[in-house]
Amino acid sequence: MSRISAIRAMLAGAVLATAASAAAAQTPQRGGTMNIIISPEPPTLMLGINQTTPTAIVGGKIYESLLRYDFDLKPMPGLAKSWTVSPDGLTYTFKLQQGVKWHDGKPFTADDVVFSAKTYLTAVHPRSRPIFQRCEEISAPDPETVVFKLKGPFAPFIMAWEPSTAPIVPKHIYEGTDFRANPANNTPIGTGPFKLKEWVRGSHIHFVRNDDYWQKGKPYLDEIYYRVLPDASARVVAMETGQTHLSAFADIETFEVPRLKALPNLELTTKGYEYLAQIAWLDFNLRNPPFNDKRFRQAVYHAIDRNFMRDRIWFGLGKPATGPIHSSIPHYDANVPKYPFDPKKAEALLDAMGLKRGADGVRVKVTMESLPYGDVYVRAGEYIRQALGRVGIQVTLRSSDVATWGDRVRNWDYDMTLQVLSQLGHPALGVSRLYISSNIRKGVLFSNVNGYSNPRIDELFDKAAVTVDPVEAQKMYSEIQRILVDDVPVAWLLELDFPTFIDKRFRNVVTSAIGVRDNFADAYMVAK
Amino acid sequence: MERLEFIAQRLVKGVVVLLGIVVLNFLLIRLAPGDPATVMAGEAGAGDEVFLQQLRAQFGLDQPLVDQLWAYVRNIVTLDFGFSYRQQRPVVDLLAERLPPTLLLTGTAFLLSLVVGVALGVAAARVVGRWSDSLITVLALFFYATPLFWVGLMGVLLFSVTLGWLPAFGMFTVGVPLAGWALALDVGEHLVLPALTLALFHMAVYARMTRASMLEVRDQDFVRTARAKGIAEGEILRRHVLRNAILPVVTIAGVKAGYLIGGSIVVETVFAWPGIGRLAYEAVLQRDYNVLLGVFLLSSAMVIAVNLATDVVYSLVDPRIELGA
Repeated sequence: MSRISAIRAMLAGAVLATAASAAAAQTPQRGGTMNIIISPEPPTLMLGINQTTPTAIVGGKIYESLLRYDFDLKPMPGLAKSWTVSPDGLTYTFKLQQGVKWHDGKPFTADDVVFSAKTYLTAVHPRSRPIFQRCEEISAPDPETVVFKLKGPFAPFIMAWEPSTAPIVPKHIYEGTDFRANPANNTPIGTGPFKLKEWVRGSHIHFVRNDDYWQKGKPYLDEIYYRVLPDASARVVAMETGQTHLSAFADIETFEVPRLKALPNLELTTKGYEYLAQIAWLDFNLRNPPFNDKRFRQAVYHAIDRNFMRDRIWFGLGKPATGPIHSSIPHYDANVPKYPFDPKKAEALLDAMGLKRGADGVRVKVTMESLPYGDVYVRAGEYIRQALGRVGIQVTLRSSDVATWGDRVRNWDYDMTLQVLSQLGHPALGVSRLYISSNIRKGVLFSNVNGYSNPRIDELFDKAAVTVDPVEAQKMYSEIQRILVDDVPVAWLLELDFPTFIDKRFRNVVTSAIGVRDNFADAYMVAK
Repeated sequence: MERLEFIAQRLVKGVVVLLGIVVLNFLLIRLAPGDPATVMAGEAGAGDEVFLQQLRAQFGLDQPLVDQLWAYVRNIVTLDFGFSYRQQRPVVDLLAERLPPTLLLTGTAFLLSLVVGVALGVAAARVVGRWSDSLITVLALFFYATPLFWVGLMGVLLFSVTLGWLPAFGMFTVGVPLAGWALALDVGEHLVLPALTLALFHMAVYARMTRASMLEVRDQDFVRTARAKGIAEGEILRRHVLRNAILPVVTIAGVKAGYLIGGSIVVETVFAWPGIGRLAYEAVLQRDYNVLLGVFLLSSAMVIAVNLATDVVYSLVDPRIELGA
């Protein structure tokens, strides 16, 4: 029965030994099995038809895209070894890697890329569809070259090539089939460094090394097991005891982070989320009074202590957001109006609006949707209720599950709600969708649900997206940020940092801006 | 003969009830706001009209509700449980995968709690008023009042983290191919903590109930008569007291057995046990209608079957009870 403790003792020994010979461990070596937490369990591993975070994490080992991105979001070679953009910003030419094979042994060619972008993704992928519909022509002049001709310039086109936005899928399996119903979705075939061996639902997903991987000698790991651990406390135990070697995103509750950080066998990093760049914000339904009054929204913004939220709810992870664009995303500008925590100013604004405190101290009653993405958002919601209560805004929290929340928000049936969304490497991919009036579409989540409409903002976002010169684009994005922050269509709260815990026996785990969603071709285990 | 007739009658009634349950369940879960397409869009952080339409068409949600219901009932009659579009697999496969782990867990816990619970109850009743009776009663009260997840977590902390004796989660050691006895032993090791956690609560119920029931029966006239006849105390306890005292326990055990198939969401979640309770819980959150209906149907069938079995067991334990009366 003391098998586990024996193994633990052995492993502890191994860690000590490697620490002593840290220099020698810098050369990656073959071998090793990595156990990784996955929660919730992904519905499928086919990245083309499902883009949830768990699908992206697990499916990212199978499917690859043309490019990867470093921590500063500079493109790096992926399935494309080089690329050029014509000076007018209309033609993108990608040269593909040689000797790439699908997991079933068939060769990967430019035709697969053309099929993926032109036929497959535009049919099934809600985020890629608008990107590839901008293409006038997608062609493969030879088996190693793909050329995208755009109808007009679109600067963020170069940022669209990570596996959850543009996974390259095998043409020979999907052409002419019903993409969503294709049985091959259960036996995914990609070009990535790991192949799916077995999926025991509710328990684990087993990957084995792809011996024919196009980067010779890689991957270093022999096997990966994704362990489905639905309980937050069980996940902490798994990391603490070394039974799993990697946790990411919201696997570990924020209040457990300080304790795990102190453990000698774990390393904490917050890198690897630069591409996603998630911001949490408080969304106002601008159709409902008093949210249609800018002074009210500013008062709410002033009433919330974002440093407190960061320190006490997120336990130091993240930083207060200054506006609609995340600071790790291109065209961020810090020079915008500021909304420091100032309850007195909030009360003054509310007084100016004529919202006086009643006999019970309440100025106005509003409702707020609890975001059903985990306990941390429940606590954030409770804090906001308290903070607004102090300036006389009585908030009733409505809790719900994802389906109910989604239904209310997409149908505009809310006063306020917390929201979190990724910015996907470029404001034109992940930010403009929330503010341009052409994207006010009832029934569609993550559109412009709050109903913000400003012709100047529409014009600037439209122009900026097609501007090739980055300096010109920056001017427009800076103006956008100043106007939006002054208007406060939503209150941007925090740029989220997620804790990634890595067992110190593993190296090179987080190597790009998509972090744990990347393919792990470079990850290796130090010698025993 | 009478017994067979009774069973046949109840089976026919059971099928009718089951069909009613199917229709009711189908309509009930549609009352919940949102649908699978909304959930998938919500989880992915993206979803335009085309995406939602595609999903709804694929799931058959674009058809009128009555048509969907009719199609579902028609399938169920032919024992076709439908397809989980979210997981891209037939519901029957999912249920078949998830049911054995659940039955292993709940079945073990059920037997353990029944046997140990009744034994503790009898033991307590025999020494009523003494310290060992108090100990059993207090322990039973403690486990009855303590939330399952807390007991589970404390078990993990003590036996897995601190002592390292037992695995903290999962049903078998992942990554080590085992077979035969080695596999059984491995699963057994993984089973100890979740089964105990689940059993402790029910054990407490049975122990308290058996004790109370025994105390009530042992002062009755027929027991005094038996004692006057000079029958040995052990014999009286077994044949006269326990046999009469066990009826309420059978009733409760029957009710609990009906839930065996539903699994325990809490214990399966805490111990990452790949059972049907978690499948059902996740299906609710994901609005995976067919999976949920499949679990409901299976559990309803189980409840009906167990109720029938309980009635038959009554007549065996106490021949005065007539079937069909």
